[in-house]
Amino acid sequence: MSEKLVATENQYVLFKLNDEYYGIDILNVQTIEKVMDITRVPYAPDFVEGVINLRGEVVPVIHLRKRFSLPHGEINEESRIIIVTIDEMIIGLLVDSSSEVLHLDVSDIDDVPNMSDNLKNDYVKGIGKNQERIIILLDLSKILDKGEES
Amino acid sequence: MDMNQYLDIFIEESKEHLQNMNQSLLELENNHKDIGLVNEIFRIAHTLKGMSATMGYTKVANLTHEMENVLQLLRSNEMELSEKIVDILFECLDTLEGYINEVSNSGTEGDMDSDYLVKKLHEIIHGKSEDAVKENLKVSSQEVDNISIEIEEFSKEIAQKAIQEGYHCYKMQIELNPNCMLKAARAFIIFNTLEQDCEILKSNPPVEDIEDEKFESSFELIIISAVEQDIIQQKISSISEIENVLMEKVDINFSIEDVNLKNKVEEQKETKTEDKTENSTSQTKKPKVGKTVRVDIDRLDNLMNLVSELIITRSRLEEIDESGKKQNMNEAIEYLERITTNLHDAVMKVRMVSIDRVFNRFPRMVRDLSKEVGKEISLVMLGEDTEVDRTVIDEIGDPLIHLIRNSIDHGIEDPETRKQHGKSEIGTLKLNAYPDGNSVVIEVEDDGQGVNIEKVKKKAIDKGLITKEQAEMMDDKEAVNLLFKSGFSTADKISDISGRGVGLDVVKTKIESLGGVVEVKTSSAGTIFIIRLPLTLAIIQALLVMIGEEKYAIPLNSIKEIITIDSSKIRKIQDQEVVLYRNTTLPILRMNQILNVETNHSYEGDLTVVVARKGDKTAGFVVDHLIGQQEIVIKSLGKFLAGIHCIAGATILGNGQVALIVDTNSLF
Repeated sequence: MSEKLVATENQYVLFKLNDEYYGIDILNVQTIEKVMDITRVPYAPDFVEGVINLRGEVVPVIHLRKRFSLPHGEINEESRIIIVTIDEMIIGLLVDSSSEVLHLDVSDIDDVPNMSDNLKNDYVKGIGKNQERIIILLDLSKILDKGEES
Repeated sequence: MDMNQYLDIFIEESKEHLQNMNQSLLELENNHKDIGLVNEIFRIAHTLKGMSATMGYTKVANLTHEMENVLQLLRSNEMELSEKIVDILFECLDTLEGYINEVSNSGTEGDMDSDYLVKKLHEIIHGKSEDAVKENLKVSSQEVDNISIEIEEFSKEIAQKAIQEGYHCYKMQIELNPNCMLKAARAFIIFNTLEQDCEILKSNPPVEDIEDEKFESSFELIIISAVEQDIIQQKISSISEIENVLMEKVDINFSIEDVNLKNKVEEQKETKTEDKTENSTSQTKKPKVGKTVRVDIDRLDNLMNLVSELIITRSRLEEIDESGKKQNMNEAIEYLERITTNLHDAVMKVRMVSIDRVFNRFPRMVRDLSKEVGKEISLVMLGEDTEVDRTVIDEIGDPLIHLIRNSIDHGIEDPETRKQHGKSEIGTLKLNAYPDGNSVVIEVEDDGQGVNIEKVKKKAIDKGLITKEQAEMMDDKEAVNLLFKSGFSTADKISDISGRGVGLDVVKTKIESLGGVVEVKTSSAGTIFIIRLPLTLAIIQALLVMIGEEKYAIPLNSIKEIITIDSSKIRKIQDQEVVLYRNTTLPILRMNQILNVETNHSYEGDLTVVVARKGDKTAGFVVDHLIGQQEIVIKSLGKFLAGIHCIAGATILGNGQVALIVDTNSLF
């Protein structure tokens, strides 16, 4: 493993959904884009918001609120599309806002407690703690797995 | 070592080599005396052997090795080339092709058997009498890999010569210390030492495997040397980490079989363990083979040039922004326009592959078929260098094979009939490809009997495709098109070659799915099938339409016409809306419902209807407005959204928006 990988290993891109903090491994993240024109795709799974033109590539966008069955929020100035690569696929994740990259030590990451609010456990890889904030670390491949079943 | 990264190259190159071999063989068949061709085939077989052995495909390596042996004899004029040998070589070629295809599909060679071919090749080399002796041996060891036999055969020749010239031939077994860390390196040292005063005739497992450390602790060699046994043994034993060296002088004249048997027991063990490792690796990795295009370096340079021009224009535009002069702006934009057009052309050219790739398998096919049906046929191919998009190349092969089979089976008459009609006994099949504007035309022409219009009509009536009245009304052209109806086959007897009743309609569907058309012209002097294909599939003409607030593109080649109908004329028959249009019932589908678009368009009064066709069927799609015709670049939706119902892909519009392309074919 190269030094660079080691250095970035425990870094997470933070974003907000319904006033909660979520994190995804920075190695999965390509770019973070402002919300642009999204074209609806008929017959796509309902959590797929549509497709966007990302510098000439057509990229599907997943509405994470819909994916997690959270109440629908308006798309506003703060909304962002995080472009990630999962299983060699480029996918956009529509989130409420995103502004921070955070380093978390392994000791700051807890296993998933048995929580059953509005988020199913299996998207969650762990719980990160940073000062008083609690950060839900997502397992990206799970997000798509379910998508293919439905 | 992980060879996966070379798999693409291996497959691509093997296919190319096999193709060349095919061509050379075909030429060789007509010109038995040409030693240059034999050399060429030998060279190809040799290259293939090397490549496949490196990649660990032993079956390919073995078979090519056997072919080499035969070719070597032909090359050195020790044997006369006969029809039979060519046939066997062709069979070998087919088997090799089978292996390579299997490799590209699954990453392994599959379990196709080539033993019988190896046997045939042996028969060629040694004639029947000697083979009878071998027979017993082979039966007992059939399930064992037959490396030992063949290599012994091969070695025998050389060994015999060597012994006549006063050399000694030894068989040796070298066992490495079980704790030896770098077995391959150790083996390499041994080989080096041996090569100082010996020649290694044969090694088991093969040298390539030894280099890759694919052996247990011991390996066997057959060597020729002028030096005495003890000296060699001493030399080898002085190398460290060697457990044991066994050596045995081989007297070629009587003992080859003996040695074989011993060898075989050892080998049996080894092949078994080897099989196991092979199986386990093949399960873990399923290599994926991408599509590749070989590109002429000039074309890439051209592309590079254009891109640099593009960059220059960009900086030019940036400067204009500061000075703000309008004229400069226009100039720069014109310049930009020119570059993008050229760039488009250049990229298209990179994707182009010459149609030779498809054509070059036909001579062989025609040769085999004509032998099978007992008709003499000469194949003429023109315009093999015509270039077509890679995607089209992959798809066009099957339809063409169909048409060629059709021509040979139904079109061209047997020699006697041809004589009676005053035609040359040898039938001619002509393949012609040429570019025509924005499309490519491929013609398949034969000088056979032509389509019997009356017979076609009668058959169509029998099959219930048309009524008697319709048949009488039909002109010849319409009647010929009946051939393309599904479930139609005029062959009186069903043959292997064609006439299974799933012929031409498949061809037609396939070509239409590629955005092409096919037509037939026929007379008693012959039939000609004309296929017209678009140059590329990546950029198409499309009609942009509005449905609600959304824009969709419909490929122009599936649109028949655009009409307006009065909404009050729409009738409902069994839940399907239809309208009577030009005396036919046209099913009406509402795009907004199909695509679940929320719209407040009223759909009263005059409706805009896009009439799409698929084969013989047509259907009308109601849209809100038309935007216009545009050239669009097809983009895939990606793996995640692949295969979504009724959407064929997406395109990016001038304003950066994404518009989806509707696949009308899947809707009716």
